Amino acid sequence: MSDLKLVIRLVLLGVVTVVIQEAAISQITVFGVSADLTPLVVMSVGLLTGSLAGAITGFGIGLFVDMALVQTLGVTSLLYIAIGYWSGRLRELRDPANGLVPLAMGAAATAFAGLGMALIQFLLGVDAPVSFLLLQQIIITVLVNTLIALPVYALVRRIITPVLPQDPRRRRRRAYSTGGLSPLSRPSDRLGGTTRSARAQ
Amino acid sequence: MHDKQVRRRRAVLVLLVAVSLILLTAYFGESANSPLHNVQRGIVEVLSPIQEGASKALKPVRDVAGWFSDTLHAKSQRDQLLKENQSLRVQLAQAQAAEEENAQLRAEVKLDNSGTIGSYSRVTANVIGRDPSLWWITVEVDKGSEDGVKKDDPVIGYGALVGEVTTVDPTVSVVTLITDHAFAVTAQVQDGGSGDTGVLVPEVGNPNELILQYLRQNAPIQVGQEVVTAGFKSPGGNLNSLFPAAIPIGQVSNANQNTLINSQTVQVTPDADLRHLDVVQILTNPQAGNQQRAQVP
Repeated sequence: MSDLKLVIRLVLLGVVTVVIQEAAISQITVFGVSADLTPLVVMSVGLLTGSLAGAITGFGIGLFVDMALVQTLGVTSLLYIAIGYWSGRLRELRDPANGLVPLAMGAAATAFAGLGMALIQFLLGVDAPVSFLLLQQIIITVLVNTLIALPVYALVRRIITPVLPQDPRRRRRRAYSTGGLSPLSRPSDRLGGTTRSARAQ
Repeated sequence: MHDKQVRRRRAVLVLLVAVSLILLTAYFGESANSPLHNVQRGIVEVLSPIQEGASKALKPVRDVAGWFSDTLHAKSQRDQLLKENQSLRVQLAQAQAAEEENAQLRAEVKLDNSGTIGSYSRVTANVIGRDPSLWWITVEVDKGSEDGVKKDDPVIGYGALVGEVTTVDPTVSVVTLITDHAFAVTAQVQDGGSGDTGVLVPEVGNPNELILQYLRQNAPIQVGQEVVTAGFKSPGGNLNSLFPAAIPIGQVSNANQNTLINSQTVQVTPDADLRHLDVVQILTNPQAGNQQRAQVP
């Protein structure tokens, strides 16, 4: 049931993100470029849910972007699979607790999406001349996206955390940080080998 | 248990990548009427009412952001526009005189108006969506085939060429802008007589510049000269330009003589502000203008 709720929320999140991106964010320019919410949302989902859900969400949002914007199908989804997967792997392998991780991951995801798109376009063939300013535009987009990475991550976390299945590792860390499972917090428990429930009896 | 999870994760990843590659390959090699293109158009059609609603609802947000941006550049823009205004007043007077003379001469030699901008009817459309990527520079507008819009119709905004219609649905169309990497149009420099013609293409990564290619090495082109669509027409009428002649596109911004000799190119700055398009006009039904004019006594 919880999985179904998570899927529904992720689908709605993807649709709303693409619609808002196309209808508003893309038409607002900062330093000559527009922010791109979609790689940030995929990165956030990967960081919060893991590599499998991140990759599937990346594929779904990428395909939806390609469909809605009448682009070559498969290009954006290919890039976003990688973003979702590696964000999820970072969570699974390192479980980063630092609050600035989404900032760094947002920058990396945007840079990967921009450079990856350029690479695929070159592979598919570009008729028009390409300016070095393309690199400058990608860098400015990365900077703009980095600025909004934290609020986007916080919003995505707020949306999907209530329906996320409990992760034992996070629960253990939370309990440890609040003193619940720390071996130093209850020396008598450790030495005596009794538990709270045993004492209650 | 752990191995099973790892195998499952890898299998899903390989499957997703494979599906993406298959879609990419299939889409790239297909024609515009293929099933994948039809599905894509269907999704655009379904999304267009949501898109339109979201665009209207989020307009205040865009306006606020635009207000900050405009305020920062207001003073320099005002000075620039005052100068431009003075110059344009002189040009307008000259153009009106030339237009009258042109109309008289056309009537004398019985030239028809087909292939000129006056022969097209205009459909005004609101921009409801925009592509965020640096590669596909497209906008979505709220008019489609029900309003008479057809594929390949030219689109103008701010009085200048901004692109062409590349996808049409009953109520919505996708316009590919002149800065899209796949766009090209034959264009002519109004250089006081010789009217050198070339092919105008975008410079990918630089949205404020276009490149006019295949010019003569000794073309007398100077900075500030106007570039318009050439609107060619083959003698038999089998091969005509999609764009009528004399639609303004931009101004020559860099005409380095060495570049002209070596690569036969000059740089052109578009007249239209392509990043802030709210309303555009689609030129459609090329003979409508002639018919309307014929009815006038």
